[in-house]
Amino acid sequence: MVKKGQIKKNSKSLSNEDASAGFEKSPPRHGELWWIVRVFFGRKLAVIGLVIILAMILTAILAPWLAPYQPNKMDMTQVLQQPSWTHLLGTDSVGRDNLSRVIYGARVSLMVAIGAIGMSAIIGEALGLIAAYFGGFLLQIIMRLTDALMAVPMLLIALVIASVLGGGLKNVIIALGIGMIPVQCRMMCGQALTIQQNDYILAARSMGISGLRMMLRHIFPNAFPPLMIVTTVGLGATILAEAGLSFLGVGILPPEAAWGSMISDGYKFILTNPILSFAPGICIMLVVFGFNMMGDGLRDALDPRLRGIL
Amino acid sequence: MVFLVMRLLPGDPLTLFISQSQMASGQLTVEQLNELRHKFGLDKSLSMQYIDWIGGVLHGDLGMSIFYTTEVSTLVAERMPITLYLGMLAFIFSSLLGILFGVICAIRRGKWIDAVITVVANIGITIPSFWFGILLIYVFSLQFHWFPTGGYTSPFTDFGLNMRQVIMPVFCLSLFSIASLTRQTRASVLEVVRQDYVRTAWSKGLSERVIVFRHTIKNALIPVVTIIGVQVSLIFGGSVLVETVFNIPGMGRLLTQAVFQHDYMIVQAGVLIVAVVVVLSNLIVDISYGWFDPRIRYG
Repeated sequence: MVKKGQIKKNSKSLSNEDASAGFEKSPPRHGELWWIVRVFFGRKLAVIGLVIILAMILTAILAPWLAPYQPNKMDMTQVLQQPSWTHLLGTDSVGRDNLSRVIYGARVSLMVAIGAIGMSAIIGEALGLIAAYFGGFLLQIIMRLTDALMAVPMLLIALVIASVLGGGLKNVIIALGIGMIPVQCRMMCGQALTIQQNDYILAARSMGISGLRMMLRHIFPNAFPPLMIVTTVGLGATILAEAGLSFLGVGILPPEAAWGSMISDGYKFILTNPILSFAPGICIMLVVFGFNMMGDGLRDALDPRLRGIL
Repeated sequence: MVFLVMRLLPGDPLTLFISQSQMASGQLTVEQLNELRHKFGLDKSLSMQYIDWIGGVLHGDLGMSIFYTTEVSTLVAERMPITLYLGMLAFIFSSLLGILFGVICAIRRGKWIDAVITVVANIGITIPSFWFGILLIYVFSLQFHWFPTGGYTSPFTDFGLNMRQVIMPVFCLSLFSIASLTRQTRASVLEVVRQDYVRTAWSKGLSERVIVFRHTIKNALIPVVTIIGVQVSLIFGGSVLVETVFNIPGMGRLLTQAVFQHDYMIVQAGVLIVAVVVVLSNLIVDISYGWFDPRIRYG
């Protein structure tokens, strides 16, 4: 136990001089997780990112209570209002309250991000794990397939798939999920190939455990940290891509409030009501910023080599 | 090298496969007359269509557009140069600026210029490109009237107008790349600066310029080149959005319209061509590794 702490202390003083002051207070028996949490919260930007994301999640959950109006309720007497106390961010071309739509847009963005990333993580990581574990022919096929998917810009893949399936929440999730698969698959595969070189895998194998158990209990948990970084940053990228799809008109279908389509609607009235497209854009920026900063923080916490650089 | 060729080959059938599913739904949703189907070969089975199409592509025939009823290859030949032109400009712009900013940041680490550029780069990777385009149009076209809001003129007919039209979309396309390259360069230069051989160079009394240019940058650029390869794909993806915002008749716009019109011949050809361009540029990037890092040899 003492030894473990000693090692950590050394690595810490090497890589991050300024944070080592309060180290003596923390007893060495705290595990790896505690250490990661400490580094993560030691970074201001990462904490800001976390706060932004938590605020967004809260907004999304509490949307019905936070929004002053129904997001899809049209009011033809209140068309294209400038920001005022009754409509804080003004109203759009059919008299819907912009603030309420921005709030509900957080819901859509969050659902798409979580859904698409969840889907790509499950499929991509399973494929990557299988490819790395079985190797040989299967590895070649799966990696060539991801190479092929990588060759086409992700937005283009999503655009084509979304146009085949049609718009709507579920289809956007599928389209973006497929687009994100190669990233997850490659990361998993690369990690798994490295991890398999370790002696504990050999030890586990010599104990005669099953393939599935080996993959899930021994390889996957050890590959988890870098996957977490990819996933966090991927959430931001997905929100950007969803906004792009909705902006083009193949994403979330019209009556539903999505930030991307709100920007393209508001674009038509940019001279008179710039706030209509500015507000959702700022929201997208904030949220993606939040995810990126969280990703950076995680990278710092999980990858000691890069600590304090990026 | 063998690996690269391997990568080149299967890249294409899959992109076709994606467009094939596009084809299938085109048959279902757009209710076209059977004759028309016959004319475009749609009454054949999917696999037959696929074989026909591959055969055509190998002969340089990309098929007929249903909507424009012209050869897809002529449409593409019209639109592709515009996107390539913008993409190349954006690519050069972002590589130069991204590396420059990254190096400045790393050398002046902790100074105000580092702080400013890092913050801007962090914002740069989060701004949606289309929204940034709208922002630019709002400020520079509608408020200051410096640049036209969009459109495209060939640089050969009116170079001045072309430059004024192109500057905003190119900036828009390259913003994300500039920002991510800056971040990557900064990290990688800082990593190299800590290496022993740089300390040796300092202790030999070499000038800062020699150390920065010869010892640091050349070594630091190796991971950056990897990211540069990814940028090509991102710039192409971004051009779909940016061309829509700035109303530029390039490939991106052609593809978006084709998707809405279920003109799958164009979609197939477009996706194929973009994939080929991306793969080719990645090939160039991979080859250039050898120049940056002579330790890498291809088997």
